[in-house]
Amino acid sequence: MSLIRIICPNGHLGFAPLKTDSFLRGVEASPDFIAADSGSDDIGPVPLGSDTSTSPEAWQRQDLEAMLLASRRIGVPMIIGSAGDTGTNSRVDRYVAIIKEVAAKHGLAPFKLGYFYSEVSKDRVRRAIGSSEPVLGLDGREPLSEKELDATDRIVAMAGVHPFRKLLEEGCDVIIGGRSSDCAIFAAAALHRGAREADAYYLGKVLECASFCAEPYGAKETVLGAIDDAGVTVTAMHPDQRCTIASVAGHAMYERSNPYDEFVAGGRLDMRDCHYTQIDPRTTRVTGQRFEPAKRVRVKLEGSGKVGERYVGIASVRDPYTIAHIDAVIAWAKAQVVERFGASGYELHFNVFGKNGVMGDMEPVKTPAHELCIVVQGVAPTAEMAEELCMTATRQLFYARLPEVKGTAGGVAFVLDEVLKASPAYRWTVNHTLAVDDPLELFPTHTETVGTEG
Amino acid sequence: MTKLSELAKTIRSKNAGVDKITFDIIFTDRAVYEKVLASRAITAAKISSLYGIAQERIADFVEYDPACAIKFTIYRTSPSGSAGDSDIFGAQQYAPLLDIDVPV
Repeated sequence: MSLIRIICPNGHLGFAPLKTDSFLRGVEASPDFIAADSGSDDIGPVPLGSDTSTSPEAWQRQDLEAMLLASRRIGVPMIIGSAGDTGTNSRVDRYVAIIKEVAAKHGLAPFKLGYFYSEVSKDRVRRAIGSSEPVLGLDGREPLSEKELDATDRIVAMAGVHPFRKLLEEGCDVIIGGRSSDCAIFAAAALHRGAREADAYYLGKVLECASFCAEPYGAKETVLGAIDDAGVTVTAMHPDQRCTIASVAGHAMYERSNPYDEFVAGGRLDMRDCHYTQIDPRTTRVTGQRFEPAKRVRVKLEGSGKVGERYVGIASVRDPYTIAHIDAVIAWAKAQVVERFGASGYELHFNVFGKNGVMGDMEPVKTPAHELCIVVQGVAPTAEMAEELCMTATRQLFYARLPEVKGTAGGVAFVLDEVLKASPAYRWTVNHTLAVDDPLELFPTHTETVGTEG
Repeated sequence: MTKLSELAKTIRSKNAGVDKITFDIIFTDRAVYEKVLASRAITAAKISSLYGIAQERIADFVEYDPACAIKFTIYRTSPSGSAGDSDIFGAQQYAPLLDIDVPV
């Protein structure tokens, strides 16, 4: 007898739409919860810094509508974490608005909607920097400095299970979360039903990317995870997919530094002694996971800061002599930029595709291709300067002075004789942890009733 | 000698957070996996040499038996998505692994 069964239809809701057939199969399997994560830091620092989504609203709305209608139809809670790619307050508000609009559109009977925010003020972080518990760096970073904090535009905290559990305890039928640990979205539901922490967090870990834990490869398909007396099971809902020992164990290492530890606000899931058993062709059972509660709760912070406005230029080369001397060509363009703008106060980047455009200095292939494409990025404090900077660098590739070049009418080819306005450049300024006394402190929760009477 | 791409089912790379890229080499046949391990064709030192990076940039190197996988993680030189980053997701950094010669 299962303690809890959860379906997950999408590993990053909004980034690409869920697949309907396996989702409906999942819904028909009578789960206790329908849950999905909707965010990622994979998308780079621009959406968080500029408070935008990288996912089209139409795709977000489509999946939220499918999940809301299904969860109301079978009468089970729906949980979303990391709303709108970044989990900022404006993204939570957008998802809350979509839920209300979908409820009104379909005349759904009243239900309780809960949501929480994850943004953290710079003042709150600044207080910690000067305290006896500094804001510690992750992944080899130094503790956060006031200077880096000053360079930051927006910070979100990564919620653990706490705000989700609070909203479940308050009887919410639909929960929209700000930035959250992927696995906490599911673990909270399992803990709410009385599961062991180790099983709850493992269930979350394996479900967070939906069908990425199944084979053959095929994203955005629904999977069903369950906890019973013996541990965790996970089952593929797509008729041609299977959750195998290899696919489930393999997923434990996906997108993480090592396959053994998953850190969340409040503890660490230890997967060192996990044991995997195939119990039917589409289902694998996992046992042996452990959970070690943290002695002190530290919450992960993500922060992004604006570097400048950005323009992009594109130039290509076919002359083999020019290709052999591409470094000199780029040096010429840089020198022209320095002549006009000086040596600092901007950023200029050249990605040379056909040489090492994808891998940069890590590229082991040293022989260039027969043609190159150079992507130029100019970043500067104002859009006007970024445009001129990028235009100077791109157009001067055309005028580069190579002593023995035969083609003296122009050194590069252009697909566009212009530079293109891109998103402003941001960078990840904060990848740190903040100590808290109350794990709910950074995640204020709200509830309201949505829907129409009879 | 056999190319690694002929021995492994999956060879991939992807961000592990904003400061690291992680690489997974996954085998379907445990005997093949064990032969590759025994060959010592894939070690932290070999990876460091193949990618031209100092060994200190390798944050983790794990032989992960439950999934018949070799997994290693490297630090980026600047965080993902900074201007000039050519691979925001870190998804195309595995290609040099495909051609590693394994003496099996």
